[in-house]
Amino acid sequence: MDVTTILLLLLVGAVATFLAGDKLASKVALVFSLGTLGVSLSLLNQLLQGTDISFVGTWIDNPKVALAFKADGLAMAMVLLTTALTPLIVFSSFGNHFNNSKNFYALVLFMAFAMAGTFLAADGLLYYIFWELALIPIYFIALVWGNGDAEERKKAVLKFFIYTLGGSLFMLIAFAYLYSKAGSFLLEDLYNLDLSAGEESWIFLAFFLAYAIKIPIIPFHTWQAKVYQKAPTVGTMLLSGIMLKMGLYSVIRWQLPIAPHAAKEYMPILIGLSIAGVIYGSIVALRQKDLKKLLAYSSLAHVGLIAAGCYTLTLDGLSGAVAQMIAHGFVIVGLFFVAEIIYRRYETRTITDMGGIRTQTPKFTSMFMILVLASVALPGTYNFVGEFTVLYSLSQANLWFAVLGGTTIILGAYYMLKMFQNVMLGETNAKAFADVTSSEAITLVAIIAFLLFFGLYPKPITDLVEPTLKEILAVINK
Amino acid sequence: MQTLIAITALGVFCLIAEIFNLRKLLVPVTVVGLLAVLGLTLQLWSIDPALDTRYTSMIAVDGFASAFSTLFVLLTLFLVLMSDTFYQEHPTKFSDFVAIKIFLLAGAVAMVSFTNLSMFFLGIEVLSISLYVLAASKRLDIKSNEAGMKYFLMGSFASGIILFGICLIYGAMMSFDVTFIKEMSRSAELPIWFPIGIILVVIGMLFKIAAAPFHFWAPDVYEGSPALTTATMSTLAKVTAMATLFKLLSVMNADIDSKFQMVIVVVSILSMSIGNLMALRQDNVKRMLAFSGISHAGFMLMALLSISNAGSMLLYYAAAYALAGIAAFAVIVSVTGDGGNETTARFNGLGKTHPLLAAILTASLLSMAGIPIFSGFFAKFMLFSQTIQSGYLFLVIVGVINSIISVGYYFKLILAMYTKEAGEGKQAVPLVYTIVAVLSIAFNIIIGLYPALVTDLLG
Repeated sequence: MDVTTILLLLLVGAVATFLAGDKLASKVALVFSLGTLGVSLSLLNQLLQGTDISFVGTWIDNPKVALAFKADGLAMAMVLLTTALTPLIVFSSFGNHFNNSKNFYALVLFMAFAMAGTFLAADGLLYYIFWELALIPIYFIALVWGNGDAEERKKAVLKFFIYTLGGSLFMLIAFAYLYSKAGSFLLEDLYNLDLSAGEESWIFLAFFLAYAIKIPIIPFHTWQAKVYQKAPTVGTMLLSGIMLKMGLYSVIRWQLPIAPHAAKEYMPILIGLSIAGVIYGSIVALRQKDLKKLLAYSSLAHVGLIAAGCYTLTLDGLSGAVAQMIAHGFVIVGLFFVAEIIYRRYETRTITDMGGIRTQTPKFTSMFMILVLASVALPGTYNFVGEFTVLYSLSQANLWFAVLGGTTIILGAYYMLKMFQNVMLGETNAKAFADVTSSEAITLVAIIAFLLFFGLYPKPITDLVEPTLKEILAVINK
Repeated sequence: MQTLIAITALGVFCLIAEIFNLRKLLVPVTVVGLLAVLGLTLQLWSIDPALDTRYTSMIAVDGFASAFSTLFVLLTLFLVLMSDTFYQEHPTKFSDFVAIKIFLLAGAVAMVSFTNLSMFFLGIEVLSISLYVLAASKRLDIKSNEAGMKYFLMGSFASGIILFGICLIYGAMMSFDVTFIKEMSRSAELPIWFPIGIILVVIGMLFKIAAAPFHFWAPDVYEGSPALTTATMSTLAKVTAMATLFKLLSVMNADIDSKFQMVIVVVSILSMSIGNLMALRQDNVKRMLAFSGISHAGFMLMALLSISNAGSMLLYYAAAYALAGIAAFAVIVSVTGDGGNETTARFNGLGKTHPLLAAILTASLLSMAGIPIFSGFFAKFMLFSQTIQSGYLFLVIVGVINSIISVGYYFKLILAMYTKEAGEGKQAVPLVYTIVAVLSIAFNIIIGLYPALVTDLLG
């Protein structure tokens, strides 16, 4: 068994979901996503025992494109993030009703397929194809099943599509150029390529455009908040939980090792932009009245810090960034789910319409509280591990980076707790708020359990990803 | 040559069929005939191309000609399949329309297999005159008449310019034979009217492929013509003219000098940008696709910058573009029927009323925009990477920016289909349109997944 099994299973799952019809679609999708999680866990087990689970096949001879899927620790960690979050996301949507749900869940699985492919692909063009492919399902998910005014939604998703496609196409030019130099798209060949300083900076910038838009790093973030707000919660979870990590992962896997000198040269600017995102996101989040928009801007702040960690080019920075990617993936999915739970009961996302929920719902309140604390990186949660390591690496680079980046913790605590206060505390709300149902609780408990377990015992994930990160750093520093 | 004879015989059969009143049998028989032609082309190609070479130095069937002929036959097959339902309101003229399409195919095949400039011109005229007739084929519709007239006037000017160019080439080289011309053009000092002749021919061909600044006829003619004719023009006729221009330049002087390349670059940039920017403003779907076709012509012109090894890329681009075009037009024809309202508003709510058709139209538009797994992506990618290798990076960047712009109008249609409510009740869609749409988009995706199926054909 190799990693293509994961991809095939997700693809077959998408088709099966589509064929299953509207009534069964959600259940079939859940079964397939759980199956994929099982397969990826067993593959992880094989990888840890030293079995080679990569796959290399031929696809096209001219231009030479290989079906190369490389599964090392880093790629597997990200694939597991995808396959673990997908069933959670699917399951969390059981309380919602979607028209044409067979199309909806098929698109969700197809998106998971494309994202897993992006994490695994070790051939530039193959990677690009998966990268682009992930855009189509999320576009339709946000467009067709989104909420709010249709005209505004259309504008928001079209802007999102054109932005991301535009950025990616410059990456495609970079790949075409690299191919003309190397005669191959394979990752190793691109790593070994000797480029002049000028070429490197152009290629670095082309990649940067694609990733800065996807992550997003300011000033390329303008698509984000609107799309998060307008997309259905499932779409928002897919976007913030996994798709953003595609950009961050690609920075580590493709951008830095292919153009290391440019990365070193531009390091202060890159870290500066990333940290500017941290501060900007936090300040804007303070002012938000819409719960989903607030979470969108908090997400902007968090990914800014992760990007800063990546661009430090140190082992601590990279490993903290990976840890934080995983932790943020889980916590943001949990928080968006909380927003959705409130919406199911109160049919509003405006924070001022909420309040006074705590006394009615002890279970929900405590779970929400833990997620909020995880989000502000309280020690004992996995987010603390990631955030702390990244800040440490930033302080190695320049103390000011760490000081400015550290504002994320202070500001984050401020806006998250203020949000919690406004949403949950206060006079008991006149409108009744039923406590979480068991299916809602299962999702939240799974997320919390994950965050707490690895918060106390982060070693397995660190051990999994660090060998790969060391290899990549060796390429960067060669 | 056998292919050409077979096609012409099939065309004559269609004309005779009118006399014997075989209307019902006509399309099935023609389709079988076209399949036979397809088989014949493939068989001749697989045995030995040399068997089919040089009938009194008029025609040489090489790999390039066979590959493109196969594509043309396939496209004609789709167009003929749609004819039966499309021309239901023209009971008496029906066989003419099928016959004209077959003759058009004959012209197209002649255009890619010529070795003599007189054959080249004959091919162009057969193709163009068929198109003039088809454009004006809706006799009582003023718009169709206007389209036919405009196309005829402008087209005959272009033909005249081509002919003038051919005369100058003859004057310089004393021959119509392209192999002879090719040898001559390498050896001796060239008379000045030889390059002038070539430029005139190229201008005429740029007119035929509707590249800017020779594109002004296209939007009006596309809009006025009956939808099936527009489909023919924007797919079959466009890729034929593009392949012919490519062949003409490659057989006459393989190494285009850099000044001439600059002209190609400028025309390419103009076509891409004007086509895309104007398409953004269109509300009529046929007009929008006309402008999109102009921009695709600009993309295909990039193939002329590396003429010695871009043949297979051009074939791939042409196949990807034409198959997506056929699929799109099959959906457009089934929604709008023969005439009537052709604005994007007509497509409102198609995603709910006809999910399959909406999905196919979406797929074909995504292919034209160059999104992966559809063949349009690889088509653009290969063209871009070839162009980068020939050293025209800035042209590729312009191309990429244009691809981004094109998303704007392709998605306008997609948005209409999926976010707006349907205005009228659900209308029935003839089965044959759906079949054609499914087949052509399936071909498109298959060659998108296995580009080698097409690119390996020309080695």
